[in-house]
Amino acid sequence: MNAPDQNQTVRATDLTRQFGERVAVNKVSFELNRGEVLGFLGPNGAGKTTTMQMLTGNLAPSAGQVEICGIDMLDRPTDAKARIGYLPETPPLYRDLTVNEFLQLAGRLHRVPRKELGAAVESAKQRCGIGDVGQRLIGALSKGYQQRVGIAQAIIHNPDVVILDEPTVGLDPNQIRDIRALIRELGGAHSVILSTHILPEVEQVCSRVQIIHKGHLVFTDSLGGVKAFRGRSLMLGLRNAPAIEAIAAVPGVAHVELARGGLFRIEPTTDTDPTDALVQAAWDGKWNLFQLAPAVSSIEDVFVQLTHREETV
Amino acid sequence: MIFTVAGKELRALFSSPLAWVVLAFLQVTMAWILVTRLDAYLTVQTQLMQMDTPPGVTEIIIAPIFGAAAVILIMAVPLLSMRLIAEERRNQTMTFLISAPLSMTQIVLGKFVGLYSFLILSVVLILVMASSMYLGGRLDLGLLGTLSLGLALLIAAFAAVGVFFSSLTAQPVVAATATLATLLGLWLLNMSQASPDSPFLMLALIRRYESFTKGLIDTSDIIFLLVFTAVFLILAIRRLDSDRIGG
Repeated sequence: MNAPDQNQTVRATDLTRQFGERVAVNKVSFELNRGEVLGFLGPNGAGKTTTMQMLTGNLAPSAGQVEICGIDMLDRPTDAKARIGYLPETPPLYRDLTVNEFLQLAGRLHRVPRKELGAAVESAKQRCGIGDVGQRLIGALSKGYQQRVGIAQAIIHNPDVVILDEPTVGLDPNQIRDIRALIRELGGAHSVILSTHILPEVEQVCSRVQIIHKGHLVFTDSLGGVKAFRGRSLMLGLRNAPAIEAIAAVPGVAHVELARGGLFRIEPTTDTDPTDALVQAAWDGKWNLFQLAPAVSSIEDVFVQLTHREETV
Repeated sequence: MIFTVAGKELRALFSSPLAWVVLAFLQVTMAWILVTRLDAYLTVQTQLMQMDTPPGVTEIIIAPIFGAAAVILIMAVPLLSMRLIAEERRNQTMTFLISAPLSMTQIVLGKFVGLYSFLILSVVLILVMASSMYLGGRLDLGLLGTLSLGLALLIAAFAAVGVFFSSLTAQPVVAATATLATLLGLWLLNMSQASPDSPFLMLALIRRYESFTKGLIDTSDIIFLLVFTAVFLILAIRRLDSDRIGG
C-alpha cells in the first residue's frame, strides 16, 4: 500500500463487474488527482455507467477496489460516499418537492451542518443558475432546469469528487456553455469525472481523457497526449491510388486505412519512418502522389480508432 | 439521518391526496362505529345496570373501534406503504439515497419510521375521538392504554410487511397487492377452525392483538409483534443490499 496521497481523490484498482456470464467492466484501474477533470468516453454499452455506479457505491464490484480520498468504498461506504457528488444518467429528482426543499434534503443527507445548510443551498443554486426557481416544484421545471437541479444536488456538500454522467443532455446551447464553465470551475478545487458522448465537450473541459471499450480501459492520457497520439502516422494522398494492399506492402508500413477525403492513413511500424519508402513507391508505381503529411489526431480519431477497429476484427 | 429520510417520506405522504383520503376514510368509519356502538349501549344500558359487574363504556364502545381499526388498517397500510421503495425504484431516485452517505439500514428504517409516524397519527386521531366519551362519563384508562399499545404494535408489524414488499418490486401496485394478500392471509388464519394451540395460529396477527383488546398485556404477544416487525425490516434491508451486489 502506498502512503495516502493528499492529492489523490479517486483510486480504482482492477475494478471488475460481471452480470452473469457477461463481463461489463474488466480490470479497470485508474487514479485521479485533485484539480483534474477526467473525460470518460466510450460507446454505448462499453461499461461507463457501470464503472460510475461502482465508483459511487451503487453497485458492488465483483472484484477490485475503489478508494475515495484513501477511504475504501467497501470497508467504509458511508464515509467514502460523503466525499462524492453523483449525478446519474437519469437525474434522481423528487418531482413533488420544490427545488429548495430538494436541495435542503440533499444537503442534510450529505451531512451539511444545519447552520451552513441555507448558505450551501444558495451557493449551489447560484452556481447552477437556478436561483430564480427555488420555490417551484421540480416536476414543473423543464428538462434543462431539472438537469441543473441534478447538478446542484451533486455539488451541494462541496464534495472532493464530482461524478457527472452525461450532464449536458437536454440543455440548450447557452446552458451547455454555462455548465461547461461550471465543470471547469469545479475542476479547480475538486476532481471531476465526466462521462459524455459529446467529444468537443471533452476537448473543452477535460484535462485528461480515458476511453473504455467493451469493459476494458483502452486509452488513458492527458489532452495533450491525445494530440500526440499516433503523431507519427501519416496522411497520404494519391490521385491514381493502387489497391490498399500495395500501399501496405511498402516497407515500414504497419497499417493502412482509408480516411476522410480519399486520403490514406498510414501507420508506421515502430522505429521506422516510411516517408522515403512511400515517395519511392509512389514514384515507381505512378500513384501520382499529391500529399504526404503527418496526421493530427483529434479525440474523435482516437475514439473511433480504438473503439471501432476492434469491432471489425 | 434516519429521521431525515423519515421526514422526507412523511412529507411525501402528506403531499399526496392518497394519505388524506385514507385518514378521512379511517376517521369517518371510526366515527360511524362509535355512533352505532353508543346507540347500542344506550338501549341496553338499563339491562347492564342490573348486572353485578357490568362491562364499562370503554369495553362496549371503544374496544370495538380499535378492533375495526385493525381490520381497516389491513387495507389502508398497503396503499400507504406501496410507494416507499417501489416508486423510488421506478423513478430511479433510489440512486439519490444510495449515493448519499447512508447505510441500507438507515434507508429502510427511515422509510419505516416515516410510514409508522403517519400510522401512529391515525391511532392518535382514534384516541382523540374516543376521549370524546369523557363528555358523558368516565373511561377505563388502563384499557385505553392497552388498546393503544396493541394497535401501535400491530401497525408496526403491518408497516414492516409493507416496506418489505415495496422493496421487492418496482411496481407499487404489485407491492400493495402482495402486502394486502399477506396481511389478509395472516388475518384469515385466525378464522380457521384449527385447534387453538395449533402452531399455525401462532402467526395470526389479530389473535396477538386480541389480548390487548381485553386489557391484557402479554409479554409473549409484545415480543412476537416486535420480532415479526424486525424480521420483515431485516428482509427489506437484505433485499436492498442484494440489489447492490446482484445489480
